[in-house]
Amino acid sequence: MTKDLLTLGNKTFSSRLLTGTGKFASKTLIAPMLAASGSEIITVALRRVDPTADQGNILSHIPDTVTLLPNTSGARTADEAVRIARIAREAGCGDFIKIEVITDMQYLMPDNYETLKATRILAKEGFIVLPYVMPDITITQQLYDAGASAVMPLGSPIGSNRGLEMRSMIKRIIEISKLPVVVDAGIGRPSQAAEAMEMGADAVLVNTAIATSGDPALAGKAFAMAVMAGRMAFLANLAGKNHLASASSPLTGFLRE
Amino acid sequence: MKINLNGKLVETHCHSLMDLVEEQGLNPTSLIAEYNFAVVKQESWGHIHIKDKDNIELLSFVGGG
Repeated sequence: MTKDLLTLGNKTFSSRLLTGTGKFASKTLIAPMLAASGSEIITVALRRVDPTADQGNILSHIPDTVTLLPNTSGARTADEAVRIARIAREAGCGDFIKIEVITDMQYLMPDNYETLKATRILAKEGFIVLPYVMPDITITQQLYDAGASAVMPLGSPIGSNRGLEMRSMIKRIIEISKLPVVVDAGIGRPSQAAEAMEMGADAVLVNTAIATSGDPALAGKAFAMAVMAGRMAFLANLAGKNHLASASSPLTGFLRE
Repeated sequence: MKINLNGKLVETHCHSLMDLVEEQGLNPTSLIAEYNFAVVKQESWGHIHIKDKDNIELLSFVGGG
C-alpha cells in the first residue's frame, strides 16, 4: 500500500487522529499521550492570563514535531475569531487555525454564518483554516469556496461522548465535500472514531474522551488504532449489509449431495 | 494614569510594558502581549511606553479542544 497521508493546507500527516490539550488533569500527561497516540496535530486555546492560576506554559509540553492547532474558542463573532487567529500566529503558533465561533451557550453549537465569515478573511491572509461547523451540505460547499483547508462537522455536542449523532448528515458531507472532512466533537469511544473513519471521514479530532480517561496515553493509543482500523476498512471498500443470510461455507450437506 | 488591562480599568504608574508585566506578578516566558490591538514581541516590551487610556491584553495559551 502506498503511504496514505492526510493533507491539510501545505502539510501532510501520517496520523489521522487530531487531539486536544483541554481537560487534562495535569499538563504532564499531554506529551506521553502524543507519543503513545502518534497524533501529529493538537489544539490549544488562547485566553487572558489569570494571575492566580498556574502559569506553566502549555506549549512547553508539546514536542516541536507536533503541529499546533490554536482554536478561536471564546469567540462570539467572526471578528473576534479573526483577532484570536492573528494573535496566535503573531505569537509563533504557525498558520493553522481551528475556527470555533459559538453563540449558543446552552448546547455549544457552532455558528456557521460567523464561522464562514471568519474563514473567508483568514484564508485570504494565508491561514490554513479548519472550521468547526454544524454538519450542513451548504456550509461545506461555501467553506470550500471561502478557501478553507478542511471542514470539521461535529459528531455530537462538545464533550458529550455521544458519538455520531449527526451520522446521516456527516455521510452526506463526506459524499459531496471537496475538502478533507475531520469529524470533531462528541467522539467518546474508539469504536465511534472507527465508525467515522469507516464512513470515509479523512480524520477525527478527539479531546475530552482521551483527556478525561483514567490513562490518557493508553486511551490515545486506543483511539489511534481505531482510527487506523476504520481507515483501512474504508480503503478496503467493505461490502454492504445484506437483509438475508449469505453462506460463508458451501451450502452442500456434509457427505450428501 | 488609568489603562484598560484585560478588559478592566487599572490604575498604574508603570513606565513600560515590561514594568507592567512585573507589577502584575506574571511570568513573562509564556505571556503574549497585545498593545493597542497589536501583538508586541517580548524583546520590545521594555521599549513600549505606557500612556493613559492604553488598551493592553496579556494573554497565554491554555488547554483547549
